[in-house]
Amino acid sequence: MAETTQTLRSAGAARGRKKNSQAKEIWRRYRKNKAAVLGLVILIFILGIALFADLIVPYSKCIEQVGADRLQGPSLAHFFGTDEYGRDLFARVVHGSRFSLFIGVATSLMALVFGAILGASAGYFGGVVDNVICRIIDVFACVPPILLSLAVVAALGTNLRNLIIAITVSCIPGNVRLIRSLVLTVAEQDYVEAARSYGTSTPRILFRYVLPNAMGPIIVNTTMSISDMILSAAGLSFIGMGIQPPSPEWGALLSNAQTYLFTAPYMLVFPGIFIILSSLAFNLVGDGLTDALDPKLKD
Amino acid sequence: MENKKSETLLEVKNLKKYFKTPGGMLHAVDDVSFRIPRGKTLGVVGESGCGKSTLGRTLLCLNEPTSGEILFQGTDIAKLGKKQIRAVRPKMQMIFQDPYSSLNGRMTVRQLIAEPLIVNKLCKKRQEIDDRVDEIMEIVGLAPRLATAYPHELDGGRRQRIGIARTLILNPEFVVCDEPVSALDVSIQAQILNLLMDLQEDRNLTYIFITHDLSVVKHISDEIMVMYLGKCVEYAPADEIFEHPQHPYTRALLNAIPIPSIESCHKRRELLQGEVTSPINPKPGCRFAARCPYAKEECRSCSMELREMRPGHYTACPYAEELEL
Repeated sequence: MAETTQTLRSAGAARGRKKNSQAKEIWRRYRKNKAAVLGLVILIFILGIALFADLIVPYSKCIEQVGADRLQGPSLAHFFGTDEYGRDLFARVVHGSRFSLFIGVATSLMALVFGAILGASAGYFGGVVDNVICRIIDVFACVPPILLSLAVVAALGTNLRNLIIAITVSCIPGNVRLIRSLVLTVAEQDYVEAARSYGTSTPRILFRYVLPNAMGPIIVNTTMSISDMILSAAGLSFIGMGIQPPSPEWGALLSNAQTYLFTAPYMLVFPGIFIILSSLAFNLVGDGLTDALDPKLKD
Repeated sequence: MENKKSETLLEVKNLKKYFKTPGGMLHAVDDVSFRIPRGKTLGVVGESGCGKSTLGRTLLCLNEPTSGEILFQGTDIAKLGKKQIRAVRPKMQMIFQDPYSSLNGRMTVRQLIAEPLIVNKLCKKRQEIDDRVDEIMEIVGLAPRLATAYPHELDGGRRQRIGIARTLILNPEFVVCDEPVSALDVSIQAQILNLLMDLQEDRNLTYIFITHDLSVVKHISDEIMVMYLGKCVEYAPADEIFEHPQHPYTRALLNAIPIPSIESCHKRRELLQGEVTSPINPKPGCRFAARCPYAKEECRSCSMELREMRPGHYTACPYAEELEL
């Protein structure tokens, strides 16, 4: 017996018991997806711009108003041109990435966390819990999201933190409903009952069994929502309830550019390209991640 | 009943499990009592929807019983609190019917088998857990190389072996096998049944074996309980029930087993007509009366109490002696 255990042990060591083998496996599968790798490259590039914005161009450049340079087209002095106050658009786009990415990612993640907690409890426990959560969500859902955000900002005051709270609140209802419906189907599976039969605690069932199996659509939804969030923030900025000028923010740059759509279209193009690029990158990464995390789609 | 000398592991007294439905009370398990000695197998037979699986689930407190007692080694687990049930859980385990849906597809074989150990905090060290998993995989006949595989890569037989390994790793004393082979093809059924019987012998396991397949149940059981609409209609040692079935329902079930011989082609068989009546708010009297070929007027008001017809052989039909067998 001792001999068998010994051989078993050495065999086990050879079989890759290391904890990181799963992360490696996921990365291996992720790498096979060319589009996902491209998304990751774009994402790293944009994150790099946000992180090293001060090294690329000093912040002072984006608030510096030069009267002589108003509404200049792209040139060597101003790569992306200037706005109606003569501020350098390149600097504003570069520094705007900090605000926009932060708003997009933070709101999506917060909406995901709250959506997961509320949606999973509603779907898993059912009954009274489900009813209470769903009715409260219904109340929120029947107010248009932009109005809801407006109300929150109006009540709390305008600053970055409140803006994030406001946008998060407005998109929690959708997340709760999505996650609840996914959890409902997964919670009926036999493996959940099996887990209960060997004494798994409810939080562990939710986080090890139910949520991982409902993860695919959740990841897609979250990454898709990042670009929506950037645009919601833009909408709020447009009516003066978002990021306050002169702080640069992609959405705000975009809504500002509308006024000069015919005279200075470049003002719209550059921030627009960055919003599209970042949302494309997040979507590709999200898709790739969904596939890489699902062991059934191996190879 | 038989084996009075040996220790009783599980005793069930007047167990009832009703479900509330919009149409009324669904009597899934209605007043069932039995006793299983340690190391023996009780086969539970009946057609779909007769409450077999509900019985199994209720025994493990996955459903809360409506009334009745479940005495496991003398303690009534139906009355235990959540924490105390958790302490008993490792001793009472379940093998599920469908090995395709009862394994979490996001976990590797090793994780699946180790999960009960981790959840019940029976092993602290990683090394210890891994050794136990390797050992149990060898016992149930899973090749070591499968440890890092995911269940969807394996066939039904191997998946069911994972289910069995996951059950055994807690060293249970009592296992509810809920149709563990009905989702498998026949060649694999035999392998899994033999594995279950070998394990019973080695580890002195006690089984409740739920199935609708009489040939399977004969192979593995010591005693057999036949259920119809939540009621136990016949209870007897395995050989006895096949040789001297007393209840008309049991006889109908036995008649439905195909006999592989040419002569039997021409023999007329007595088969049941109709479908199971609804288990929601059942009428008083014998529940089988509506389909019983021998039913008389009295059957609609008689009780379904079990009577001892022969030693160890109980039946719920009050007119069993009068029937031509």
